[in-house]
Amino acid sequence: MSNKLSALLLGTALSLGAVAGAFAQDKNIKIGVLTDMSGLYSDIGGQGSVIAAQMAVEDSGLTAKGWKIDIVSADHQNKPDIGTNIGRQWIDVEKVDIFMDVLNSGVGLAINNLVKEKNAIMINTGAATSDLTNAQCSPNTVHWVYDTYMLANSTGAALVKAGGDSWYFLTADYAFGAALERDTSAVVTKSGGKILGAVKHPLNSSDFSSFLLQAQASKAKIVGLANAGGDTTNSIKQAAEFGIVKGGQKLAGLLLFINDVHSLGLNVAQGLNFTETFYWDLNDQTRAFGKRYSERSKTKAQPSMIQAGVYAGLLHYFKALEAMGGNPHDGAKIVAKMKDMPTDDALFGKGEIQPNGRKIHPAYLFEVKTPAESKGPWDYYKLIGTTPADKAFRPLSESACPLVKK
Amino acid sequence: MRLAKQELQIDGTQQMTTLTTSSTGNSNPNALMRDEMWAFLIMTVLLALVPVSGIYPFFVMQALCFALFACAFNLLIGYGGLLSFGHAMFLGTAGYVTAHALKVWGVSPEIGIVLGVAASAALGVVTGLIAIRRQGIYFSMITLALSQLLYFIYLQVPFTHGEDGIQGVPQGMLFGIFDLSKPITLYYVVLVVFLLGFLLIYRTINSPFGEVLKSIRENEPRAISLGYKADQYKLMAFILSASLVGLAGAVKVFVAQNASLTDVHWTMSGEVVLIALVGGLGTVFGPVIGAFIIIAMQQYLASFGQWVLVIQGVIFVACVLTFRRGVIGEIGHYFRRSL
Amino acid sequence: MQALYAQLLVGLINGSFYALLSLGLAVIFGMLNIINFAHGALYMMGAFVAYFLLQYSGLNYWWALILAPVIVGLFGILLERTMLKWLTGLDHLYGLLLTFGIALIVQGVFQNYFGSSGLPYAIPDLLKGGVNLGFMYLPIYRGWVVVFSLVVCLATWYLIEKTQLGAYLRAATENPTLVRAFGINVPLMITLTYGLGVGLAALAGVLSAPINQVRPLMGADLIIVVFAVVVIGGMGSIMGSIITGFALGVIEGLTKYFYPEASNTVVFVLMVLVLLVKPQGLTGRAA
Repeated sequence: MSNKLSALLLGTALSLGAVAGAFAQDKNIKIGVLTDMSGLYSDIGGQGSVIAAQMAVEDSGLTAKGWKIDIVSADHQNKPDIGTNIGRQWIDVEKVDIFMDVLNSGVGLAINNLVKEKNAIMINTGAATSDLTNAQCSPNTVHWVYDTYMLANSTGAALVKAGGDSWYFLTADYAFGAALERDTSAVVTKSGGKILGAVKHPLNSSDFSSFLLQAQASKAKIVGLANAGGDTTNSIKQAAEFGIVKGGQKLAGLLLFINDVHSLGLNVAQGLNFTETFYWDLNDQTRAFGKRYSERSKTKAQPSMIQAGVYAGLLHYFKALEAMGGNPHDGAKIVAKMKDMPTDDALFGKGEIQPNGRKIHPAYLFEVKTPAESKGPWDYYKLIGTTPADKAFRPLSESACPLVKK
Repeated sequence: MRLAKQELQIDGTQQMTTLTTSSTGNSNPNALMRDEMWAFLIMTVLLALVPVSGIYPFFVMQALCFALFACAFNLLIGYGGLLSFGHAMFLGTAGYVTAHALKVWGVSPEIGIVLGVAASAALGVVTGLIAIRRQGIYFSMITLALSQLLYFIYLQVPFTHGEDGIQGVPQGMLFGIFDLSKPITLYYVVLVVFLLGFLLIYRTINSPFGEVLKSIRENEPRAISLGYKADQYKLMAFILSASLVGLAGAVKVFVAQNASLTDVHWTMSGEVVLIALVGGLGTVFGPVIGAFIIIAMQQYLASFGQWVLVIQGVIFVACVLTFRRGVIGEIGHYFRRSL
Repeated sequence: MQALYAQLLVGLINGSFYALLSLGLAVIFGMLNIINFAHGALYMMGAFVAYFLLQYSGLNYWWALILAPVIVGLFGILLERTMLKWLTGLDHLYGLLLTFGIALIVQGVFQNYFGSSGLPYAIPDLLKGGVNLGFMYLPIYRGWVVVFSLVVCLATWYLIEKTQLGAYLRAATENPTLVRAFGINVPLMITLTYGLGVGLAALAGVLSAPINQVRPLMGADLIIVVFAVVVIGGMGSIMGSIITGFALGVIEGLTKYFYPEASNTVVFVLMVLVLLVKPQGLTGRAA
């Protein structure tokens, strides 16, 4: 009896050892870039995010150390159910370890639930919703680049301080727009500014003149654009046409990407204020990355902050795996490790991942250069203010995330 | 040359008739019935074997939901001659109601499904009463307009959470016994629901009710002169279709675990037209095949990234130019009988 | 009250785009019996062609106004000759599906080469600036859009309803066999009509390029509204879609003032109401 028992114990120990051995040697990683490849946001994520992921794999040097890293990518078409289906299949069949990019808040939240259920990982660099690290936070998700709270906080506070103390909002009529407006209003009021009103416009409007006239009539110093993508660029373009800026009002894009500025052209975009957390021309390291990226980009574009986030997020993930000596394919455990290690990368500088999954780093307030100031293509921004990492994002004390111990 | 056009100009109604001739005019209904029974059995066996075949079950589940959606849509267009451009409203409504009931009210799955179907059926009554008063292209347009109104409502009301959708819907235990979070269990539940829905539609088509419906499609004034209340028949068909689409929408919540605006958007109404057309309008099995083709395209073309929409476009163009009867319709035509 | 005037005027400006687009759609539907879902994509192509002309051959806005409709119109003729003509006599649905497929292809290809966020196109120098009307600041370009589209719309209406050529066209669609017996080349007329409708869409595209971003998806968002305009105006009715186009712009403008969220939806409310009261649309002949 005792012999049998010890044999059993021995067997268990042996098999455990075998598992541990396999664990240490498992150096396979599969990365899934899930993004909008064909729609409105395909410029700020899309194929560019895949390029960024490939660059991260090459720069990590892991393949030379015997790691095998694969990248798959897919188009979620901005539809949560398509995103979930692809995601589930990636985890179940293709054994994908980590989801990158996942822009679009609807899809982002859906994948957030999925990776939690399946114990995989998502480093979200594209979705704006701050819910990912607030009420809906998960031990399997890291939210890297930005969120609505940060955008509102940085742009709102800075502009009020600069004298823009009365605001009128053009808000896209959906959850993201409402969140931006709500968060920005809170910051503006807290900083001593006044909200004069807001107009909600339907998503994907082509004409903004009516809304702009209402903004003009409000006489607010700042017209805040709580929308994204084509809605933002069209409203900026038409604001120029209606003489909004000439009339003394200032436009503040609450979510703008460098690709939007590029598509508007400096003639129209000059003087805009907005916040990003990455710009290719910040320092030598970002310039080097930007140069290498644009050489690979089909349209010779500079990377957006979402694409930069894919690169930086993956490198940090690789660092954590390397420190663990192998890939345990245990999402929560790896994310915990990532949270333990301070982040330090070429693109976002020093930072950390907070217990709720929020990656914090400095936020930069930019102003778009005039055509005369710009020295060439993609030379678009002037840095006019920096919010330090610990001030830029929602303080942990305000977080509704259950992972935050208070 | 322009038969359909001329018909439109006569009474503005009957242009749909040219669409669906494959299911009628068969000389031997018994042989047809036998063929269809065999086809149904083969389909059931194949679908039942999916979990052991190594095919990814979630893909098939998604396809089955869309298949039921398309079959219910096909009931209207294929047998009633009514082309609805707003069927997404029923899919989305059931999805939202079921998801909300499961997540917020914490009801059991069977109650959730019943609530979803009931909501769709109720919506079917209201919209049906408005829509069936118009015919032909105007029927299509009025359904489209109604579904756009509904889309707007869902965008505005808070319980749908806008574009974020209702996320992380719990799957729960069906009847307290079947754990729907297990893929295999969920698969068979979805399959059974699909087969029941499919049989109900099949039964309806071949019932006296279905025959009257077809006669109204072929010649409405004549059916009326024979004493049939055409509007009542059309309304019944509309409500039945809406409820079955609701069933598909409710079950889809368990598969996708979310309900979002995608399901109420007009592109979804367009998608179901595509599914039915690719498979074969007015054929019993066409919508099922169509659903598998379209969902497979979405799923497996997704990795082609930016080319996915172009490829889809090419397929639709090719479909219209070369095999207009749809996959099943062309096969049936080849063998000189309908399936 | 002043603000209201401004909204009405702005609405009228938007209405001119609806009118131009729905006019093309109505011409195509009236003559070819095809619901042209590719209309939005062709509108987008018009804007892109204007951009290319400026960028690669230095031809300015005024050239684009003439050349872009011709170029895109030729593309439309190509579509008609190679694909659409096989659909004569079939149900609407097939034409709709085919053109929907074409729209997907065209949009996808443009997106692939030019990205999704769009390209800039400046307002021509001659039309820069604006005038203060007292109740609003009216950009001159917007005023130009209204006048120009009104002229184009009326010219098209005149061409089809009042000229010999238009009479042939209308006759050819009523009874092609008979018209052919008189020695008129009916298929050619149909092809040219499609080209005309497409050209109108492209013209609207050029007009909108300086206002909106030139984006691959710029037409995709618009098509469903324009579609509704045609239905409200009465399928195939030329004057109906012109009037409805402008009227819808104004109604939408008012909605943007009183209930902005619903401004994209109001057209469908109208559609339901109109179809319930007057099933053939506002000016539809007893079809």
